[in-house]
Amino acid sequence: MQTPTVKPAVPGTQPDFCYPPYVSSVARSPRLPLVLLPETLTETTGPVFGHGFIRENDNDLTVQHSGEPIGERIFVHGRVFDDNGCPVRNALVEIWQANAAGRYRHKMDNHAAPLDPNFSGAGRTLTDNNGYYWFKTILPGAYPWGNHHNAWRPRHIHFSLFGAHILSRLVTQMYFPGDPLQPFDPIFNSIPDEAARQRLVSRLDMNRAEPNYALAFAFDIVLRGHNPTPFEANRK
Amino acid sequence: MKENSPFIPDGSQTVGPFFSIGLQYMRDRAPTTEVAAPGIIEISGRVLDADLSPVSDAMLEFWCPQFSAGPHDFPAGFHRVATGDNGQFSVVVRKPEPSPYPGGRRQAPHLLVLVFCRGLLRNLVTRIYFDGEPANDADPVLLSLHPERRPTLVAQRVAGRDNAYEWDIVLQGAAETVFFKW
Repeated sequence: MQTPTVKPAVPGTQPDFCYPPYVSSVARSPRLPLVLLPETLTETTGPVFGHGFIRENDNDLTVQHSGEPIGERIFVHGRVFDDNGCPVRNALVEIWQANAAGRYRHKMDNHAAPLDPNFSGAGRTLTDNNGYYWFKTILPGAYPWGNHHNAWRPRHIHFSLFGAHILSRLVTQMYFPGDPLQPFDPIFNSIPDEAARQRLVSRLDMNRAEPNYALAFAFDIVLRGHNPTPFEANRK
Repeated sequence: MKENSPFIPDGSQTVGPFFSIGLQYMRDRAPTTEVAAPGIIEISGRVLDADLSPVSDAMLEFWCPQFSAGPHDFPAGFHRVATGDNGQFSVVVRKPEPSPYPGGRRQAPHLLVLVFCRGLLRNLVTRIYFDGEPANDADPVLLSLHPERRPTLVAQRVAGRDNAYEWDIVLQGAAETVFFKW
């Protein structure tokens, strides 16, 4: 049997499926061990999205309606790498988020905060040849949720990424620096390793901020890649 | 920042309950497939939790490489669907062909399925096989599983419809679906 060529997860850097402080994980997580498979053609391949899939302004969430959305305008940008440190080009990056008041444009979000007619809260882009992506959006608000008494999610933007193969698929959340709600959030804290948690916190980036216009937050992302082929690995 | 740290894959976080904000666009931009076309099948089923309650806010992604399709803006062989109020989903796909397996063996036709939902901190990965495929009996993945768990991966034919299959995902419990890791 061929040895899998993706690297196993680094201990502590991924959440367990069942994390009781996050209540809804309890009944929705498998109890039997996952079954280890070798990689086959099904797993070494993955969907590749063409440039025609992305439309103009897909990565600018502030221009998708007739007026400007309410809130603090921000840039969110960064690079996507694999775990060998190689940039991932043409990676589809999708984001979705609450508006500045902490409300999602979704029928199931009944938080009593206003919707913004000028903000849908969803965007997508493809990374360039350097693995670089950027979005323009609005700083999302914190919002309450029903997990426990007085539970509030820290400000975050949901990220979904497709890498070089289907096993590099990642859905995660980007947080904001200095948010005092992070220590109380069971979703953020489901990642055991402190350094791994902090890698989900973006960095204020004054180099990318535009004076008199918008602040910027930098967020690089690392996806699972492939080990060097055995031939390469043996060459030393 | 990452530049000064080893390149460790980032931690997964739940897709949450509101992912469909970013979903509709993909449905709008994906080509539609006629269920009646040759080689096209419909797979429908439900996603269920430990109490066999419906998971009404799951996102499923289906993958099977289609090399004959050539490059398009929307990748052939990829499908994304959301579950409805009763945990139900339906997806129309090209039925996969047998494919290679390490060591010169062959795999029975199958699709890879990624499961995301509120409550899942990481996505699950499973496979769908198809009832009535002779190649199932020699499939190295199915054979590697306990016989009692194999049926969780095999979509059953819908009586009276040649091109329709039923397949449920059970996240936990006695009928728990087999989930894989790599």
